[in-house]
Amino acid sequence: MSTTTQLRPTSSPGQDPVRVERRLPRFAPLGLFLAGIALGAGLSALTGFSVTSTVIYGVILGTLAVYVASRAVEGRRKATDRLVTSLVTTAFGIAMVPLVSLVYTVLDRGLARLDADFFSASMFRVVGEGGGAYHAIIGTLVITALATVISVPIGLLTAIYLVEYGTGRLKKAITFFVDVMTGIPSIVAGLFAFALFTLLFGNSFRAGVMGAVALSVLMIPVVVRSCEEVLKLVPNELREASYALGVPKWRTVVKVVLPTAIAGLGTGITLSVARVIGETAPLLITVGLITGTNLNPFDGRMATLPVFAYYQLTQPGTATQAFLDRAWTAALVLIVFVMALNILARLISRFFAPKTGR
Amino acid sequence: MAKRIEVSDLNIFYGNFKAVEGVNVSIEPRSITALIGPSGCGKSTFLRSLNRMHEVLPGARVEGKVVMDGQDLYGSDVDPVNVRRQIGMVFQRPNPFPTMSIYDNVIAGNRLNNNRMKKSDTDDLVEKSLKGANLWNEVKDRLDRPGSSLSGGQQQRLCIARAIAVEPDVLLMDEPCSALDPISTLAIEDLMAELKERFTIVIVTHNMQQAARVSEQTGFFNLNGVGQPGRLIEFNPTEKIFSNPDQKATEDYISGRFG
Repeated sequence: MSTTTQLRPTSSPGQDPVRVERRLPRFAPLGLFLAGIALGAGLSALTGFSVTSTVIYGVILGTLAVYVASRAVEGRRKATDRLVTSLVTTAFGIAMVPLVSLVYTVLDRGLARLDADFFSASMFRVVGEGGGAYHAIIGTLVITALATVISVPIGLLTAIYLVEYGTGRLKKAITFFVDVMTGIPSIVAGLFAFALFTLLFGNSFRAGVMGAVALSVLMIPVVVRSCEEVLKLVPNELREASYALGVPKWRTVVKVVLPTAIAGLGTGITLSVARVIGETAPLLITVGLITGTNLNPFDGRMATLPVFAYYQLTQPGTATQAFLDRAWTAALVLIVFVMALNILARLISRFFAPKTGR
Repeated sequence: MAKRIEVSDLNIFYGNFKAVEGVNVSIEPRSITALIGPSGCGKSTFLRSLNRMHEVLPGARVEGKVVMDGQDLYGSDVDPVNVRRQIGMVFQRPNPFPTMSIYDNVIAGNRLNNNRMKKSDTDDLVEKSLKGANLWNEVKDRLDRPGSSLSGGQQQRLCIARAIAVEPDVLLMDEPCSALDPISTLAIEDLMAELKERFTIVIVTHNMQQAARVSEQTGFFNLNGVGQPGRLIEFNPTEKIFSNPDQKATEDYISGRFG
């Protein structure tokens, strides 16, 4: 801690119009913080060493050390700055813990079965080891694609109505109900789809489209919200420029507003797909699970990745470890899907953004 | 081409608020008419009511008559879209379409209205319009670049080229130079002097020197107080307005003894 007394040499104070503050050397705060962590490790060792207590003691001691040293050398304002910097960084660290832990765990346990078989074999007539999630991956892709096909036109057109045409009570009512829909528990969406199709086609009807409808109920409000925000960002000047050229309103929307907003719309829709691709509850009660591959979403049960993972985990057969491995790998594949969709969203927003050419 | 506009007893509203009251004026063809006055007095509102852009805003409406060549623009059988095809507009801030190239921006009026044209015809139209807007020499080698790659003054001239490419009868300009530097302003003023041979031009400006430099007729708008509607105080030849105005308020405003 003796480093705290090191001072930057001050230039002759009489001539310099800007008063040179006494400052800690550049790496002193980091050094102090690490010293605090080391002290925390020592403290933790006294009561039986553990990583958790080391980190907790260390962060508190390190933050205190930096604050006190800075207060003594640099004065109150700088010390507060360093304190808040420490707090913000700590908060960020805490937020990262579950993410890193989750990714690590899923990778650790899921990599065991991440082989070609997993992507090419179904669970048809598999009771022990082997088998794969081909049928579930296909099912997830088919059902999510169908949900997107249902949700995007409805959601996008609703957003266009709200931004470009809607006025008064109807607009307020729609906005309100979209907000309400955003908060619908996913199981309720599943029950809705289940009830709807049971009413229409009778008790024993099961098909992928039921799951797609359930997912749409969850997806539409997300699409409406994100598209609405993006459309609002299109400058009104562009609409007026178009009107002033004698272009009718609908053409202005189709040819000026939508192309200008295309990057944001693509991003929003992709993220809304990522939002529903991992839904379990509504698919559990509508499409259920089968062991074989079913490519027709309008007839019969289908397997999906989340439901597949759920059943592998909760109803392992005799070869328990094989079932657990498949569940983790299914979770890993699902995370990879979501990540790929997020990357896709970023690419869309980069490549379709209006080019400034500067 | 270039048509006369007669405005009589025009009241303009935003919802229940009366923004402009009792305007009677006749705008001459093939000339530049300038509108001056303090901020918030309704100049721009009046200008936007001439090509029915005012009613684009929710709750906005207009009472009275705007007659162009014997046709009431606010008649019940008149489509505002057709009015805007005849009366073009240039806005305060340059607003080229960001998704389109310079070339596409110029022919946007035709493209957006799905007018099919031969490639050679559109090429001619683009060249003619850009030449008309004094921009051709600066951009002829990079017509496929985005419109937003140009400087502010060039963008504004691009917007003028876009407006004249649809061959309107009247060109409305809402403070077209207020976001531009003096050199770009000069370029646009020169351009207006050329364009008035073919179009009727109405320009709103805060710059009284500009009004004095470019216009034949000048209208002075004013309002009595906050919350009161704006009125057209005086409408006279520019020389008269700036040398010997009829109204005391005009003289006060022009000589800077006001606001």
